[in-house]
Amino acid sequence: MKFGIMVSEGPYTHQASDSAYNFAKAALEKGHEIYRVFFYHDGVNNGTAFTTPPQDDRNIVNRWSELAQQHNLDLVVCVAAAQRRGIVDADEQKRHGKSGNNLAPGFRISGLGQLVEAGIQCDRLVTFGD
Amino acid sequence: MMDEMDMEEGGVVKKFMFVNRKAPHGTIYALEGLEVVLISAAFDQDVSLAFCDDGVYELKKGQDTKGIGVKNFSPTYRALEGYDIEKLYVEKESLEARGLTEDDLLVDVQVLSSAELGALMDEQDVVISF
Repeated sequence: MKFGIMVSEGPYTHQASDSAYNFAKAALEKGHEIYRVFFYHDGVNNGTAFTTPPQDDRNIVNRWSELAQQHNLDLVVCVAAAQRRGIVDADEQKRHGKSGNNLAPGFRISGLGQLVEAGIQCDRLVTFGD
Repeated sequence: MMDEMDMEEGGVVKKFMFVNRKAPHGTIYALEGLEVVLISAAFDQDVSLAFCDDGVYELKKGQDTKGIGVKNFSPTYRALEGYDIEKLYVEKESLEARGLTEDDLLVDVQVLSSAELGALMDEQDVVISF
């Protein structure tokens, strides 16, 4: 089956991103396709490379980056939601004259159309949120 | 799944329902949810909106946000018609529990019982809730 995933909450505060990750990993192991993971609302905070949890805790951001690398996953952070919350890639940094950028490897910034498109293209769109 | 969908202009048309469950202010879900709805209009899908729980307050007439210093985006619901988004459903029980009637709402809606709304959700291809 072809799955799309939406993650609507940030890391650590909510279980949403952990559950989405576990779901994606299990689905891939079972031979399903993950068409796209779309990060919206505070979910965009799952894409900041500045995340530095204590060493004995899981690194939620790195975990997504690694899964993306292993399975060529499309991790999309919503541009409008990201701009509000200070998630910036090199292009956005230049465009808005910011002092740095923080989008983690394996993530890309794009528009909300990517979420709607995932709904159209996938057999199931699964939401992990509040 | 493909055979369950209508084909139009070579593209897939799916039934999308956006479920609005949160009060318009206090959290960003209603505002960012509305942004997805507006984008979805560009994809020529069969879009409907459902309002339940505190989400019914999103459609309340006479919202005034001056005191909390945030934008009053409620007029946007009146503009949905211009985007060909005309299917708005409100859960009867949620209205009643909050002492509201259809006359308190700023757009024309269809009021459905919880069971009717549930049946309608069951018919959807994609349900995204905010």
